[in-house]
Amino acid sequence: MAAPFELSDDSVVVVIGTGAGGGVLANELAQKGISVVALEAGGRYLPDDYVNDEWESFGQLAWLDARTTSGDWRVAKDFSGLPAWIVKAVGGTTTHWAGASIRFQDHEWKASTTYGNVQGANLLDWPIDGAEMAPWYELAEEKLGVTRTGGREGLPGCNNYLVFEKGAKALGYTEVHTGRMAINSADYDGRPACQQTGFCFQGCKWGAKWSAAYTDIPKGEATGNLEVRERAHVARVLHDDSGKVTGVEYFDADGNLQFQAARVVCVAGNSFESPRLLLNSASAMFPDGLANSSGQVGRNYMRHMTGSVYAVFDKPVKMWRGTTMAGIIQDESKHDPSRGFVGGYELETLSLGLPFMAAFLDPGGWGREFTTALDAYENMAGMWIVGEDMPQETNRVTLNADVTDQYGLPVPNVHFDDHPNDIAMRNHAYKQGMAVYDAVGATRTFPTPPYPSTHNLGTNRMSENPRDGVVNKWGQTHDIANLFVSDGSVFTTGGAENPTLTIVALAIRQADHIAGEMGRGTL
Amino acid sequence: MTDVKDRKGMTRRELLSRSVAAGGAFVIGAGFVAGKDAAWATEMNALKPQSMATLIQMARDIYPHDHLADEYYVIAVKGYDVPDMVDETEAGLRMLDDAARGKGYGSYLDIGWERDRVDILRQIEDSAFFQKVRGGLVTGLYNQKAVWPLFGYEGESFSQGGYIDRGFNDINWL
Repeated sequence: MAAPFELSDDSVVVVIGTGAGGGVLANELAQKGISVVALEAGGRYLPDDYVNDEWESFGQLAWLDARTTSGDWRVAKDFSGLPAWIVKAVGGTTTHWAGASIRFQDHEWKASTTYGNVQGANLLDWPIDGAEMAPWYELAEEKLGVTRTGGREGLPGCNNYLVFEKGAKALGYTEVHTGRMAINSADYDGRPACQQTGFCFQGCKWGAKWSAAYTDIPKGEATGNLEVRERAHVARVLHDDSGKVTGVEYFDADGNLQFQAARVVCVAGNSFESPRLLLNSASAMFPDGLANSSGQVGRNYMRHMTGSVYAVFDKPVKMWRGTTMAGIIQDESKHDPSRGFVGGYELETLSLGLPFMAAFLDPGGWGREFTTALDAYENMAGMWIVGEDMPQETNRVTLNADVTDQYGLPVPNVHFDDHPNDIAMRNHAYKQGMAVYDAVGATRTFPTPPYPSTHNLGTNRMSENPRDGVVNKWGQTHDIANLFVSDGSVFTTGGAENPTLTIVALAIRQADHIAGEMGRGTL
Repeated sequence: MTDVKDRKGMTRRELLSRSVAAGGAFVIGAGFVAGKDAAWATEMNALKPQSMATLIQMARDIYPHDHLADEYYVIAVKGYDVPDMVDETEAGLRMLDDAARGKGYGSYLDIGWERDRVDILRQIEDSAFFQKVRGGLVTGLYNQKAVWPLFGYEGESFSQGGYIDRGFNDINWL
């Protein structure tokens, strides 16, 4: 199946990373007849391999390479070596994601214009808008089989959702439903419907949830145009004297350094690894790292304003039964500055098993205040908060020269301070989330602090003007024509929505652009 | 890793006849610690039996669940009973007992009320030893599959076809 390409073959497009961005891009290019070598740092795990046990699965899938943290965000205190909860595997974090697939709202493409001057925020409008993205969103929804789009039914609501819905309606919320999910509500694309098994975060053993691991990747490989090299960790992108990239150096599965030549290089290693790679690729010609003439590589790191609300009732909920993210309240996602902050947030149900609840409900907590909460685990319901956070230049990924990884490469340090807007929004969301559960008779509620980041955005942001960002509206770096970025790091601002659908839509659009430019001989 | 049940079946009388000291809720013998009801016992490999008893009590005081029997806490801390960890663990437990003596008690295990033991734990809460024991318990206690049903948690459901036909939406009190 796999098409082995020569290391010296400089006609190939090299895609670094195989998640929502890289995995989709690699397949879309392969479908268009373009030769692609995808380099994936992780191994390949498929539904039969997934383990429905939280910690065992974490050990199997999570990206656990060394990283360091700084800043006032609580994650730096609670999980100092684990700033992100993302996956190192073929398919990337699409194995772990919950499946929520919602489009940016029109005004969110124009955050700077809409929100005006927010002190301390480095806001910028995207160089694209909702009208430009609409057809690409449609293709993305079709690819992922998103429920409540394209005539597809919504999923049925599980216990955790039913509690959430009842409270939401009691509060007067109207935009409440079981979500637009990349989880099949009926057989679709050769994959079965959701069996309400739980463990969506551990990889869907039914394959009912879309993951690049068992959709785009094998489809691309079936064309003969895509070769995926597993356990290949890219160390540097190299360039010639004219400043064009020529290929990449990577450590193969045996730890040997290899060089793969390339016509085009697309970086899709997520918002930590992508800027880290560009910075680690510094050369005499580009002493501050590749594509960094703006100085923006690694900056404007966003992680979404997050938090959770759990609540205990006097009767059982059994929230773990069924879809992990089983419904949404969208009423608060609008931009309404009268609430005391700009931008908006979504409330989405979430359940954790007992082992993860013990780790995440109140990290560091102990004693009866903590254990009586877990004693009521069976009677617990839960939701996650996800809202737009403010890009700040000082929230950034840098190289930590004092700590190196297993290949001897400097690890990324992730610095993040909450913006006052983030804090105001989180406090509002805690209050509303607790009110939802109080309206159903909660006996106790828990405003739970953020987990390690799952939505990592913005460290190679898209900008009209090369001075303001790293890539143009196609994800092409402003500085180097044949170097692209293809993951969530291109986000100019984060919006309130779970980012995967937008990453996928951008990747489909980018593949179309790259194929067009290659066909015209301009790339 | 655990030999928690090795002495199960021993009568309480036999157990007490072999014990050298009783500390708190425990029977402490030569080379073993057991529950006073003889429901469990554990042989010591490296730690002093008195130290293990203290550690078990400390674990329960950090994450007290009255519906969990001692043996789950024993399993959760049994990993400290290895030669590599003895010095660090014994030193940490000495610090705990010193803190108890500073408050006028004979030892940590001599303190009758949980709230008084918790006061001692609060004194050492920021120490590396306390944080290591607490952090270890998060997985050591709650990731024991045997405790999951005691919290109502059902674990994996894939092998039974998920909950689509088994009550994913069976809530009846809303």
